[in-house]
Amino acid sequence: MDVRARNNVSILGPSTGPVVMLAHGFGCDQNLWRLVAPVLARRFRVVLFDHVGSGRSELSAWSPERYGTLDGYADDVLTICRELDLRDVVLVGHSVSAMIAVLAGNREPDRFAKLVLLTPSPRYINDGDYYGGFSEADIDELLDSLESNYLGWSAAMAPVIMGNPERPELGEELTNSFCRTDPKIARTFARATFTSDNRADLDDVDLPTLVIECSEDVIAPREVGAYTHQRIRGSELLTLDAVGHCPQLSAPEATAKAIEEFASRSRGRR
Amino acid sequence: MTRCPAAHDRGGCEPEASDTQPTASDSEPEASDTEPDEGLPHELAGEGDQAEFSALLEDSAEDLYENAPCGYVSTLLDGRIAKINGTLLAWLGYTAGELVGRRRFSDLLTVGGRVYHETHFAPLLRMQGEVGGVAFDLRTSDGARLPVMVTSKVKKGGDGEPLLIRTTVFDAHDRRAYERELLRAREEADRERDRVQRLATTLQRTLLPPVLARVPGMEVAAHYHPASQDEVGGDFYDLFPIAPDRWAFFIGDVCGKGAEAAAITSLTRYTLRSATAYDPDPVAVLNNLNSVLLQEQPGGGSQFCTVLFGLLSPEAGGYEVLLAGGGHPPALLARADGTVEEQGTPHGQAAGILAHPRFVTNTMHLGPGDVLLLYTDGLIEARVPDPPGRYDEEALHAFTTERAPITAPALVSSLVDLLTELAGGLEDDVALLAFGLPAAQDASPPVLGR
Repeated sequence: MDVRARNNVSILGPSTGPVVMLAHGFGCDQNLWRLVAPVLARRFRVVLFDHVGSGRSELSAWSPERYGTLDGYADDVLTICRELDLRDVVLVGHSVSAMIAVLAGNREPDRFAKLVLLTPSPRYINDGDYYGGFSEADIDELLDSLESNYLGWSAAMAPVIMGNPERPELGEELTNSFCRTDPKIARTFARATFTSDNRADLDDVDLPTLVIECSEDVIAPREVGAYTHQRIRGSELLTLDAVGHCPQLSAPEATAKAIEEFASRSRGRR
Repeated sequence: MTRCPAAHDRGGCEPEASDTQPTASDSEPEASDTEPDEGLPHELAGEGDQAEFSALLEDSAEDLYENAPCGYVSTLLDGRIAKINGTLLAWLGYTAGELVGRRRFSDLLTVGGRVYHETHFAPLLRMQGEVGGVAFDLRTSDGARLPVMVTSKVKKGGDGEPLLIRTTVFDAHDRRAYERELLRAREEADRERDRVQRLATTLQRTLLPPVLARVPGMEVAAHYHPASQDEVGGDFYDLFPIAPDRWAFFIGDVCGKGAEAAAITSLTRYTLRSATAYDPDPVAVLNNLNSVLLQEQPGGGSQFCTVLFGLLSPEAGGYEVLLAGGGHPPALLARADGTVEEQGTPHGQAAGILAHPRFVTNTMHLGPGDVLLLYTDGLIEARVPDPPGRYDEEALHAFTTERAPITAPALVSSLVDLLTELAGGLEDDVALLAFGLPAAQDASPPVLGR
C-alpha cells in the first residue's frame, strides 16, 4: 500500500530544508495546521498527513485491531518516515499525537532529531496523586456518549441510520468535513486516546523535547503539562498565553514561533 | 423539563412554550403577551389592525431576543459567556449573573460534550467561522441533561478580526427521540435482512448437489455465483450416476427469482432425477419435465425453464456425450488441440410452455484433453462497460479459446476470476459445470466399475 495515499501525505517548503513533521490529534485532520504550516514552510520541509480514519486518509486501511491502540498510529508515523526516507525529523505531535510521537521516538530514536509535544497528556484519567483532569466516570461518559451516537453532528446520524457509513462522495462533503469521521472510527480512536496511559513511556524519551501547553486547557490542564515536562529528562516547557486545546488555531503565531525556534537550534542529543 | 422544539423544525412554538418565559422578562409586563404568531390573522388586515400589529411589533427586538423559542448565547473568543437570553437561562435554571463573565460555554456541557467541543467544535469554528447542527447535552443547574442542537457563528469586526461567537441553542428532545427510533428501526431491518439472507443461502444450497459424482478418469468442476444474497436464484446443475458405467448431468435456468422460482427449480431438479431413473433417454427425460411443469401451472403459467440434459458413456478413447436441450445457451467444447466448438441444441424449445415442445439432441466424443463447459445465461448477459453492452457468447468463446487446451478445474477457476471482474455487471445468477479427460500424456485409462 502506498503510504502517501493511505495517510494523505502532503509536503510543503524547500525539499532540502530540515524536516518538520506535523501530526494532528483526535478530532480533526491536517487542516488544523493550516495557520502554522505555511510559516514553518519558509525554512523547513513540512510533512503533513492524516491519521488513518481521519480526513482524507484511506478508510479501507482502517481496522479496529490496528487502530485500537496508539501503537498502530506510531507504526504509521515510522512507515511514512521510512517510505519518504525522512531523516533527522523534528516530530511535532498535537494532543494524542504527542504520545504517538513519544512512542515513535522511543522505537526508532535515530530517525528523529527532536520532539515537540503540543498540549500533551500521558494519561487523561486521574490516578492516585496523578492529576489527569478527568475521572474514570468522566471518560466513561464520553465513551458512552460516542457509543450511543448522539454526540457531535447530527448529520453524522444519517449515514448510521441509512446504513452507509462510508465517506460521502467528495461533492457531497459538508463544510464540517475537516473534523468529520465515521462514528465507529471516532469511538475507537477516542477509546485509544482517552484510556491510554503512557506515563512510563516518558521515561524512555531520549530526544531533545519541547513541551508546549496552553495557559487554559480543559483537556490537558497545566498540571499535566508540568508532569510531562518533569518526567521527560532534560525537556523544556513552554506555556502559551492561549485558551483551549488547539493553540495552532487560537495562537498560531506563537505556536509557529516556538516550533521554529526549537527546531532551528543546533542539533545534537542531550 | 419544558419542551420547546426548534422553531425552524416546526415553524413555530407549541403553546406551552410560554411556560418558559423567564423571570428576567417580568420587567416588561406586555412582553409576555406577545406570542410571536398569536392573534395574527392570515388575511390582509385593515388599517386598525395595522396599527395593532405595529404596537405589537414595536419594541419586540429585545423581547424576541430574550424570549425567543430558542436559546441565544454570545461568548468571547475564549469561550466566556458575554450575553445569554432568558429562554436558555430558564432551560438551564441559572440567572444571568451566575453565568455572564463567570462561565464558559463549554462549562455548560457534559464532560463528553466538553471534550467534543474542544477537539471538534472549537477548532472548526476557528477554521471556517461557522459550525451548524451539532448535537450536545447541556447540564442544567440541577444536574439534569438537556439535549440540544447548537449552531455557532463568529461575528467579525470591520477589519475582519473575529470579535465574538454567537450561538443558537435548540431543544432537541424530540429530534433525539426520532433519531433513536430511526436507529432502532434500522437495526431491526438489518436483523431481518440477515435472516432473509441466511434463509436464501440455505435454500440455495439445497437446490445444488452437495457433491458431484466421481466419473472415472474424468475431472469435474462446478461453480455457482448468486447475483443477490437476498434472493434464491433459479439456476441449477447436477452430475450423478445412473448405472455402473453411465452418468447423467444437467444444467438449467428457471425464469425468475425468489420463492416461486425456487419452488419450480426444486421441482425441476427432482423431476429430472426421477425421470432419468425411469427412462434415461434425454428427450424422454425432457418431455417428462415439460409435462410436470405444465401440470404445475394448469392455467398456463409463466414458469418455464431452459435446460441441457446429457448422458456420459465410456467408449473407445474416452466418453460419448449425448446432449439434449431446449432453449439453453450452447455448451462449449474446448478440444485438446486448442480449438473451441459450440455444442448446441439449436431450435430446441424451453420446457414448461408448449404441450409438445421440440427438444434437440447432439452427440459428441470427449477424448483426452477435451473439456465440455456448460453454463447459464447470467454469464453471457452480464453488463460490461467497455464497450457498453453485454458480455456475449462470442466473448465467452474468445475467452475459452485463449485458454484452450485447458483442464476443467482450471477453466472453471479462470471463469470464477472473470465473474469477479464482471461482478458489478452480473444481473442474474451464473452456474458453471465443466468436465473433461486429462490430456493424453498423464491420462490413465478409465477404470470402470463393471
